[in-house]
Amino acid sequence: MLLLYVLTGLFLLLSLILDRGKTQKAIKIAWKKFINIMPSFIIMLMLVSITLYLFPDKLIVKYLGGENIYKGTFLGSILGSITLMPGFIVFPLSGILLKKGVSYMVLSSFSTTLMMVGIITFPIESEYFGTKLSLARNVLSYFIALIVAAAVGILYGEVIL
Amino acid sequence: MKLKKQKKKINYILFIFYLIFVVLSWTFNYQPGVQIGINFTDFVKSMFKILPFAFILIGLFEVWVKRETVEKYLGHASGCKGYFWAIILSSTTVGGAYVAFPVAYSLYSKGAKLSVVLTYIGSSAITRIPMSIFEASFLGIKFTLIRLFVSIPLVILTSWAIGKRFYLKPAK
Repeated sequence: MLLLYVLTGLFLLLSLILDRGKTQKAIKIAWKKFINIMPSFIIMLMLVSITLYLFPDKLIVKYLGGENIYKGTFLGSILGSITLMPGFIVFPLSGILLKKGVSYMVLSSFSTTLMMVGIITFPIESEYFGTKLSLARNVLSYFIALIVAAAVGILYGEVIL
Repeated sequence: MKLKKQKKKINYILFIFYLIFVVLSWTFNYQPGVQIGINFTDFVKSMFKILPFAFILIGLFEVWVKRETVEKYLGHASGCKGYFWAIILSSTTVGGAYVAFPVAYSLYSKGAKLSVVLTYIGSSAITRIPMSIFEASFLGIKFTLIRLFVSIPLVILTSWAIGKRFYLKPAK
């Protein structure tokens, strides 16, 4: 995060020194883009706040820690697709789940879909890239996550072929 | 255009209902509503720590980086190297998908190839350096390595496939 601030500050300063007019134009562009996407962002945050309430940590532990690894993997992928969590929550939570006995394969399907498939970010994505393309990307990403989960399961010896 | 305006209107109405719900929950101490409100403000805070800066960087990028440069490294003539640069670029992305989409769109409007842009989006979800470090420290380096080695080729492959099938109208 700090890196982002330093980088932005540095580039902004450099830009100001090199060309004042261009810098002003850059800020204008930034502001316009920011305002344009704001409504979609607000809707996303609304959905996030509701899903996070509906799926608290405890519920996640309960569903992912089951006996059946395939069922867990499937539930993990569904949960990962519909929820959205920042990285600083996902991985500590995964660490906790691991200690509670949730398998690597389930964690992989959960965390990978969480990062790659975004039902909640869909309004934003389709705003930029259109509905069809965003749909295709999300569906394919879901399958990628399942393949990754399978690879993790095999390489950790959790599933035997 | 009209449809878009209508969609925005619906969004605002939804948001107003949501606000009323949260405010009423606060006044009557309705726990689920209060919790949802807290979640919302938490997220707004963490996003506003990132978004303004990300958009300033995007603005600077649009003003300073020449179209030819993007085309050369990420455009149609870039070949396989385009994917390589997209992955390198994505690993340095800060924030989440919500930052990756506008950045990706900027790249596209500057002449990057669609499949390369999609590779950027996909891999920004899985390769971000700070996140990967975080992941490895909680789940082990082996887990992170398997994930990276399996998912990156698949992301490239699917991006290439989507890029072949889909056409996105050129950005202004």
